[in-house]
Amino acid sequence: MSKKMHISLTVNGKQEEFLAEPRELLIYTLRERLNITGPHIGCETSHCGACTVTIDGKSVKACTMFVAQADGADVTTIEGLGNPDSLHPLQEAFKEHHGLQCGYCTPGMITRAAKLLEENPNPTEDEIRFGMAGNLCRCTGYQNIVKSIRAAATEMNAAKEAAE
Amino acid sequence: MKDEITSRDDRVANLKGMGCSRKRVEDARFTQGKGNYVDDIKLDGMLFGDFVRSPYAHARIKSVNSEAALKVPGVLAVLTAEDLAPLGLHWMPTLAGDKQMVLADGKVLFQGQEVAFVVAEDRYAAADGIEAVEVEYEELPVIVDPFKSLESDVVLREDTVDENGKATDGAHGPRKHPNHIFTWEVGEKDATEQVIDEADVVATETMYYHRTHPCPLETCGSVASMDKVNGKLTLWGTFQAPHAIRTIVSLISGLEEHNIRVISPDIGGGFGNKVGAYPGYVCSVVASIVTGRPVKWIEDRMDNLMTTAFARDYWMTGKISATKEGKITGLHCNVTADHGGFDACADPTKFPAGFMNICTGSYDIPTAYLAVDGVYTNKAPGGVSYRCSFRVTEAVYFIERMIEVLAIELNMDAAELRRINFIKKDQFPYQSALGWEYDSGDYHTAWDKALKTVDYDGLRAEQAERVEAFKRGETRKIMGIGLSFFTEIVGAGPVKNCDILGLGMFDSCEIRIHPTGSAIARLGTISQGQGHATTFAQILASEIGLPADSITVEEGDTDTAPYGLGTYGSRSTPVAGAATAMAGRKIRAKAQMIAAYLLEVHDDDVEFDVDRFVVKGAPERFKTMKEIAFAAYNQAIPGIEPGLEAVSYYDPPNMTYPFGAYICVMDIDVDTGVTDIRRFYALDDCGTRINPMIIEGQVHGGLTEALAVALGQEIAYDDQGNVKTGTLMDFFLPTAWEVPNYETDHTVTPSPHHPIGAKGVGESPHVGGVPCFSNAVQDAFRPFGLRHTNMPHDHWRIWKTANSLGMHD
Ligand code: FES
Ligand code: FES
Repeated sequence: MSKKMHISLTVNGKQEEFLAEPRELLIYTLRERLNITGPHIGCETSHCGACTVTIDGKSVKACTMFVAQADGADVTTIEGLGNPDSLHPLQEAFKEHHGLQCGYCTPGMITRAAKLLEENPNPTEDEIRFGMAGNLCRCTGYQNIVKSIRAAATEMNAAKEAAE
Repeated sequence: MKDEITSRDDRVANLKGMGCSRKRVEDARFTQGKGNYVDDIKLDGMLFGDFVRSPYAHARIKSVNSEAALKVPGVLAVLTAEDLAPLGLHWMPTLAGDKQMVLADGKVLFQGQEVAFVVAEDRYAAADGIEAVEVEYEELPVIVDPFKSLESDVVLREDTVDENGKATDGAHGPRKHPNHIFTWEVGEKDATEQVIDEADVVATETMYYHRTHPCPLETCGSVASMDKVNGKLTLWGTFQAPHAIRTIVSLISGLEEHNIRVISPDIGGGFGNKVGAYPGYVCSVVASIVTGRPVKWIEDRMDNLMTTAFARDYWMTGKISATKEGKITGLHCNVTADHGGFDACADPTKFPAGFMNICTGSYDIPTAYLAVDGVYTNKAPGGVSYRCSFRVTEAVYFIERMIEVLAIELNMDAAELRRINFIKKDQFPYQSALGWEYDSGDYHTAWDKALKTVDYDGLRAEQAERVEAFKRGETRKIMGIGLSFFTEIVGAGPVKNCDILGLGMFDSCEIRIHPTGSAIARLGTISQGQGHATTFAQILASEIGLPADSITVEEGDTDTAPYGLGTYGSRSTPVAGAATAMAGRKIRAKAQMIAAYLLEVHDDDVEFDVDRFVVKGAPERFKTMKEIAFAAYNQAIPGIEPGLEAVSYYDPPNMTYPFGAYICVMDIDVDTGVTDIRRFYALDDCGTRINPMIIEGQVHGGLTEALAVALGQEIAYDDQGNVKTGTLMDFFLPTAWEVPNYETDHTVTPSPHHPIGAKGVGESPHVGGVPCFSNAVQDAFRPFGLRHTNMPHDHWRIWKTANSLGMHD
């Protein structure tokens, strides 16, 4: 055990402050300290993407970052993307197009996809497949995930146009 | 009243019953990060336990010293076999009639084996504690080859020999050698050998179906909470069969079954990985009893790949004989099965090699013989059905490769060879030479549809041109056409011949209709992503005429769900789906009496129509199911008990036999070994289709797992028994980038014995997909002289195949 550090972060818009060992991985901070259990653990080696969150505007695998490295960061998880009364278009699209089965990869998938669509609002199928390649799914074979993301892109672009 | 102006079609649509692509009710929570998986469970005072694991594949344990570990801050206890022995819990029964060490009892038999269980305040303290446990090992000779194991002087398991060193009988009969587990024979040996000896043409091939792993995205885990005040144990876990786990826990712990509540919460994929009982489950229970606090155990990915539930590892030698015209006359199959250090295969008791005897496939083969030998080695135990019914993937791979090899021997087109040997539609129910009764099928229609859709003849012409172009040096890419026609055997199973640890493999459903016309149904199964809450409600909606949206489906809590054997082997729809329909029919029968009373007619004078009972010949006189439900609770009806509930335990009369025709078109770069799947067509016949959207999703997922297994996924060992593929860096899970889009199609041949004609689909795409991908690779090289090469066909192995055929010269 090593000395605890003072950490402060913003998670889904909420300011959090606590003492933690520097070796604590961010995924455990979220899941066990802050009870934010949307991000999951599938490998702890940065391969599966089940733990994907957004940190300061970038997709990050929370199993591969020490909480000490995230000091001062702004973190968004699946819980911060939408709420029961107003779902994110990706959340709607995954439901609509059967983009999930066991649901274990889903929070990471949607969180990553949200970032992808921010970076590239109108991706081709290849761009989606490439952009999502850091997130593994064992159930769906990806076909309906790709379809869901494409549908959400169309939806979001239409909404943007309507607003302009 | 609204009902009167609604058309019949609208009433049907309103139910969202069988046949419609109802959106999944599970998705709201999953898409919002509100699933509740085992690792999400948090209880007051909960501790975390984890294992000290053996770095050696075979070693004697000289000592385990926990002194230093117990001084690590946060560590509360270290359990070893010595602590478990007084409770009789240092060993546990496996599903295959063998036993397995919970914690190393004097020796270890595979790398990663559980040696001690460290219980601490959190997972970091547990990890620190594990580091501090001192174990002294004495290395022993390692055996990773099952053939060598049967010749070795090294006795792996001391409990397989008597005091004179002679092999004792195993759970399935005599052993040939101390490291031998069983021999299982089916069919007629002499007759088959005679047919093969006398045949015009015989093809022989040996193939290795490599060891792999189901690797669901969520690993295994459990949380045990012993309430010492009330004497009750609650156990949450990644259990594909929660009731069976309750019974096992009761049998091995001595706790009475009513004092045990097992809960399978949301499960992040199973694929067979979560059928068995693992040392972690047992240790979390013991640790909770010892400490009086809840204890959580969660595998990490490396533990998962190295220790829980490998699949396959079958060495298969086949002989297939035929007439000159290609009519198959006999099939002979010999298997050497590597079961690792303990026989923990998840198979029904009477089937130590599962349903490997479905290996005559979709073909009318008059004579056949199968012999399987199970062998111990220094590898992890398991032998689970990775997205298939028991050993069916092995069987289908075997026959679909044998057909291809026979086609080469006959110099015949492999599609045509299949067609002339298919069991014909009018032969069903068909008795196979190895003992099964296939319920229904129409293979020719499915095959013709598949070949036509992909323009098979056109593809063959293109392939021939490509071969010529390659030979002229114009291209370095060759083209393969992978064919596969599979028959699965799922829905275990009839209690008369299928049980696990003596528990008959029926399943169950209990329905309660609420007064206002909504309902809750509970089942003995448990979804791991299959969408049971969606589809079982659809079955019920069609059976009882209440909207699926008004029916809650609940599974996985043994205190509330009726007893069932769980979800694996595509058994949920064939068995629990049948129980659901039958329970629904009981509801309907009572509803009919209530309706007749309310309408003041005789019971036989009303008939069911979508969502109501109508007076025959007077459609304007009816009572809706909603009205009937209300009456059941609010009106005194002479001779009828109040309430509207039913329970059904369904023991299927037979298995179901889904089938399908798959075709894969693949380009292969012979210089890099890179494969490119240009097209994949999958026609599935799973009988009556409950939810086409979910069926398609199952097919996409199963095919992707098949792609993984065929093209790269393996659990590999070095000769010292070290696992070489213990992380997702080395163990291949395809990403979105590597996976093609699949074309799905179907025919519908209902099961004649299933109440709604459904056969199950979750595993078909894996079973049929593996040979299809493999055959595509092998077919590409057939014009260049390849007969057979073993999976997985990763880039390196494909390159080696091309090289060995002189294609780089
Ligand atoms: S858990 Fe973080 S990438 Fe797998
Ligand atoms: S839905 Fe199960 S892992 Fe993606």
